[in-house]
Amino acid sequence: MDLTLYFWRQAGPDSPGRMERYEAAGINPDSSFLEMLDVVNERLAERGEDRIAFDHDCREGICGMCGFMINGEAHGPRRGTTVCQLHMRHFRNGDVLHLEPWRARALPVVKDLMVDRGAFDRIIQAGGFISVATGSAPEANLMPVPKPVADRAFEAAECIGCGACVAQCPNGAAQLFTAAKVSHLGLLPQGQPERAGRALAMVQAMEREGFGNCTNHAECQEICPKGVSIDFIARLNRDFLKARVRLVDVARDKGEAR
Amino acid sequence: MNLDPKLPRGPLADKWLEHRNHLRLVNPSNKRKFTVLVVGSGLAGAAAAASLGELGYQVECFCFQDTPRRAHSIAAQGGINAAKNYHNDGDSVFRLFYDTIKGGDFRSREANVYRLAELSLRIIDQCVAQGVPFAREYGGLLDNRSFGGAQVSRTFYARGQTGQQLLLGAYQALCRQIAAGTVRMFPRTEMLDLVVDDDGSGPRARGIIARDLVTGRLERHAGHAVVLATGGYSNVYYLSTNAKGSNATAIWRAHRRGALFANPCFTQIHPTCIPASGDYQSKLTLMSESLRNDGRIWVPKDPGDTRPPESIPEADRDYYLEVRYPAFGNLVPRDVAARNAKQVVDSGRGVGPQRNGVYLDFADAILRRGSAVIEDRYGNLFEMYEKITGENPWVTPMRIYPAPHYTMGGLWVDYNLMSNVSGLFVAGEANFSDHGANRLGASALMQGLADGYFILPATLANFLADHLGEKLSPAGPSFDGVEAEVRQRLGSLLALRGQRSPESFHRQLGHLVWHACGISRTAAGLEQATSEIAALRREFWQNLRVSGAPAEVNQDLEKAGRVADYFELAELMCRDALDRDESAGSHLREEHQTPDGEALRNDEEYAFVSAWEWQGEDRPPVRHAEPLHFESVELSRRSYK
Repeated sequence: MDLTLYFWRQAGPDSPGRMERYEAAGINPDSSFLEMLDVVNERLAERGEDRIAFDHDCREGICGMCGFMINGEAHGPRRGTTVCQLHMRHFRNGDVLHLEPWRARALPVVKDLMVDRGAFDRIIQAGGFISVATGSAPEANLMPVPKPVADRAFEAAECIGCGACVAQCPNGAAQLFTAAKVSHLGLLPQGQPERAGRALAMVQAMEREGFGNCTNHAECQEICPKGVSIDFIARLNRDFLKARVRLVDVARDKGEAR
Repeated sequence: MNLDPKLPRGPLADKWLEHRNHLRLVNPSNKRKFTVLVVGSGLAGAAAAASLGELGYQVECFCFQDTPRRAHSIAAQGGINAAKNYHNDGDSVFRLFYDTIKGGDFRSREANVYRLAELSLRIIDQCVAQGVPFAREYGGLLDNRSFGGAQVSRTFYARGQTGQQLLLGAYQALCRQIAAGTVRMFPRTEMLDLVVDDDGSGPRARGIIARDLVTGRLERHAGHAVVLATGGYSNVYYLSTNAKGSNATAIWRAHRRGALFANPCFTQIHPTCIPASGDYQSKLTLMSESLRNDGRIWVPKDPGDTRPPESIPEADRDYYLEVRYPAFGNLVPRDVAARNAKQVVDSGRGVGPQRNGVYLDFADAILRRGSAVIEDRYGNLFEMYEKITGENPWVTPMRIYPAPHYTMGGLWVDYNLMSNVSGLFVAGEANFSDHGANRLGASALMQGLADGYFILPATLANFLADHLGEKLSPAGPSFDGVEAEVRQRLGSLLALRGQRSPESFHRQLGHLVWHACGISRTAAGLEQATSEIAALRREFWQNLRVSGAPAEVNQDLEKAGRVADYFELAELMCRDALDRDESAGSHLREEHQTPDGEALRNDEEYAFVSAWEWQGEDRPPVRHAEPLHFESVELSRRSYK
């Protein structure tokens, strides 16, 4: 099949970017989207031109490294799929495709279609863990976890940290990412001791990083390749609010001003 | 060459405790005076970095991905073994040890494997406490399943994403230490060489040279010890189930600096992967082995039969595994299933557009068990298959073919996980330590975490205790020399200005290695491949074309360096496969098989670990041998008839 690609070219974080046109002829419909880009890159290199830089690693849809916008949709037109698992047979001969990196202030472009998702790491570093030093864990079956709770926690834990939620959100908000981790850990009994502090710290980190605010568009849930639900954002808001109220109570008890 | 594995004395079950009782310790207030470099952030690397940071060491951790959470441990599907005996089905530490050492076809150390089985218990405790959402039963306790033909249910799992959940657990522990300031993380940073010096007492690791993959700058990092947790080398075959970025450069550069490479020819080929669909194919995808529980494997009897599978009548089908192995049928072990698939495809009876697969047919199972049961068991796998191939397994049989998946070989380490280079430790898939000639399902995750959480924190202290007060400096002639070599190498790759891309060389190399040193091997094939690889390597260094510049994001340059190292590693794999004139586990030399086509070991001559020493680019490497002694198990032969 033959395609017309417009892809984003940007040499570095501070350089100006532009769209570049490329005619991709003779693409095998059984190849994946990234394999199509591999072919394009080989051809560009043969002509002595620079390759298109894009992030990718496992190509099985689990590592979360790949991802860019295809005609304005994060990971392309198929739902529940990362771009590495999107195959060309879902496009038509003659299609015109615009490829752009995630567009969000908190996820700056590194080069071409690559972005810096370090902000996600810093949100996790703020509290997205259970503090348990190696070797100090009790016997695993001492603490039963009801199966529905464990299953729900798993659904939140499925987030692969790709950034599609932020890219698709008109506000560039990271609520779904943050809520997934707060919910995963906050649902489990092991996560209770740090639950309030975790929600506060992670939300504060998220705001520090320059993500936008959530205004319930639910685009994130629609686009998430792992189907993470916005119900978790409601949980995050509840946990955050409770933690704030508790903080205010503590301050009042100590006689401090608000 | 001193190849002392430093195995503790005493009864098997007491060795690790006894060993720990006598390891030296570092005073809590002195720990912060030590810097440890951890290269790689998968299960072994992240677990080690987090645990060492918690103890108070200064840790620097490196990964080539944009964040440590992406390491390829994340793609492991099946599960993690632990001898908890929660199912009361007779499991024990000894039994897990025995299954693992037998599965490895008696080419691993008893003491190491026993320690692994012993630590499996604490790994599960640790992961559960971290919040890893393992599958649970309705009573709220942990669920287990039987996996890979084991007779007991000892595999803990988190749907089909066990590796992901375990890695996120380790990543979160690592993040906690980054926030605490004990670990400095260097993402998008690739180790390109190891700095080793020798003051007369033998080689000693001093640090690494790494490239910042965003700016292209070379960085020096000095450490009192260096831990390589950089994974395996299946990508030498080009098409494998590994992530595209997984590579052998860190261990290979360490090998060239003096670290011995053990059992390079022991590589595992997984039988149930989706066959390649064309020349553009960039990687292969694994389908869970559990599919063989209900699917029937067959090919047409007649090589010329081009009818669609649904219209081939029973009489014209060859259910070759059921015919050859009536007792185990489609459930024969991974290596047996893989070899038989290769034989039928090589005989011209392969199926699919490329004629490179065999059918895995669920028609009978759907009739017998009903669609609901099959949907429940394999629904997500059917979906994944359809996503990739565009074919519907409910209607037409799946096509499968074996693919490289895991490498048991790796850098040689002693019982403390230290290589023969003092201060250089190797953990996880990057070392050779625990899986012998073949790895059992659900034991890779176990080993990575055992190494990272429990073994390294104990054995590193023992090493560091001797080096208190040692000043670290990334200046000096050793660092100058290695950095200059790295710079020169990158420069020469960019300067070649030939006609062919790194990708095209890699593809051709992978093809050679796959056919000569893949599912089965022969002396003639290996000898021929060795000379072909050498010739291709010469062409690489004349006709390579790398696009882009050195001081920027340059994925072509990254790739070129990795491919250059694959050439040398591929030669060593073939050399080792030729040298090991027996069959063992995954290593089937066609000259050594039983009349039924089973691997025929030669315990008298080959019950050893081969450990290769680099001699320079123009001289063949020297093979050393560490003999394996078996005191607690009897060497038996596998049979699946």
